[in-house]
Amino acid sequence: METASTTAIQFNDVSFSAEGDQILRSISGDFPEGKITTLVGPSGAGKTTLIKLCNGLISPDSGEILIKGKPIHDYEPTELRRKVGLALQSATMTSGTVMDNLNMPRQLQGEELPEAEAKELLYHVGLQESFLHHRTKDLSGGQRQKVSIARTLVNRPKILLLDEITSSLDRVSQQDIETLIAKINHSYGTTIIWITHNLHQALNVGDFTWVMMAGEVVETGESSLLNAPKTERVQRFVKGEIE
Amino acid sequence: MSYLTLSITLIFVIIPLVLSKTLNLGLERDTIVATVRSIIQLLIVGYLLQYVFAADNFIYIVLMILLMIAAATQNARRKGASIKGITWKLVVTFIFVEVLTQGILLGLQITPATPQYIIPISGMVIGNSMVLGILFLNRFTSEIETHQDETELVLSLGGTPKQAIHNQLIASIKASTIPTIESQKTIGLVQLPGMMSGQIIAGADPVQAVQFQLLILFLLLTTAVVTSIMLGFLSYPTLFNDRMQLLRFEKED
Repeated sequence: METASTTAIQFNDVSFSAEGDQILRSISGDFPEGKITTLVGPSGAGKTTLIKLCNGLISPDSGEILIKGKPIHDYEPTELRRKVGLALQSATMTSGTVMDNLNMPRQLQGEELPEAEAKELLYHVGLQESFLHHRTKDLSGGQRQKVSIARTLVNRPKILLLDEITSSLDRVSQQDIETLIAKINHSYGTTIIWITHNLHQALNVGDFTWVMMAGEVVETGESSLLNAPKTERVQRFVKGEIE
Repeated sequence: MSYLTLSITLIFVIIPLVLSKTLNLGLERDTIVATVRSIIQLLIVGYLLQYVFAADNFIYIVLMILLMIAAATQNARRKGASIKGITWKLVVTFIFVEVLTQGILLGLQITPATPQYIIPISGMVIGNSMVLGILFLNRFTSEIETHQDETELVLSLGGTPKQAIHNQLIASIKASTIPTIESQKTIGLVQLPGMMSGQIIAGADPVQAVQFQLLILFLLLTTAVVTSIMLGFLSYPTLFNDRMQLLRFEKED
């Protein structure tokens, strides 16, 4: 039997708006430490906004976000963002090589990433070490995602936020990334918050799930809730009637 | 040159007007406005300078320079309208560049402290600074808008605003100063600079005219680089808030 988890991130009545549009409405709930929680929901539900709030790229209009029990505003922004890593669907790469990109988080702190460590990270995300000197413009979508995740891992984040990182990948690459994320979660106890539009993925890899719609959290619980949603809106979403 | 001779030179305005009309280029209105404005503006400046030179009063020199800075700011600020407080950033930049260049010229007694030298050189410095400011702001606002992903990436990995905007800032400084540097490489080979030509036409010794022109060229090099760097470093902090978050940015055309 599993022991009760502590909370990695807690939302207390958090709202966020941009240019007059209410993106998130009174979000409350918590993400358990060391677990994988998936965020699912139709487009425009506010999922990406929610994880950007966790990384401190934006701040809520009202409400409170606690990271490991401490208000997010009490963290120095750069320290927070190293603790709470973010990998986006776009997997933006800077020009240059894979090594240049992996080195970036260290360079930002005035340090250099040893090549041995970079190779280890590549091995960890399932890429051969020969990729280290490949130019990023020559990488496939799956390879870019893996490098993007490896780059986020350079900071050894305690919490990892993933935004649709497998949505543009083929089935094999998707499975590779799912295995990789599960490995990171098990090996380091990293808390994962993973936005996905793939409900099978949410069921396979997630311990818990949040279903979001129109800026609200409609249902939360263990991932199995997706097999038997309580609310009619979520039932319709699971059936694919709401996109 | 008499006013009659000058009026004959209008033939050089009639040529583009006729060509524009014949080829339907639609440049007639702008050509006429530009011609009328240049006649009025230069005549006013001519009489004003005549008065200022005759008065030989320091206050008039300062007033002329302030007028130039105000006009340059008014012209350049539109390109940076999306940057908060751009008007004052431009004013501070122009004043700094003017004080720096005149400080060196007068301090080291390179040029005499007379209105005949201070005003025309200030005009060239501030005018060049204005063009550089416009080039820089145009490029910088485009860079920020098109590279928001990269900026957010650096921030999300724990970088500071300065690190997040570094590439865009350097690209904009380079892009805006390259024309000045490149034009200096070919100067004298293709075209003779306006001021030097003016001096030669007025009967000055060509070598003396070249020496003076070189002074101006070097001055404009400093003006170009200092303007871009200063505007860049004054502008980038306003793109972020105190939580090191990139504020929503949209370029205004």
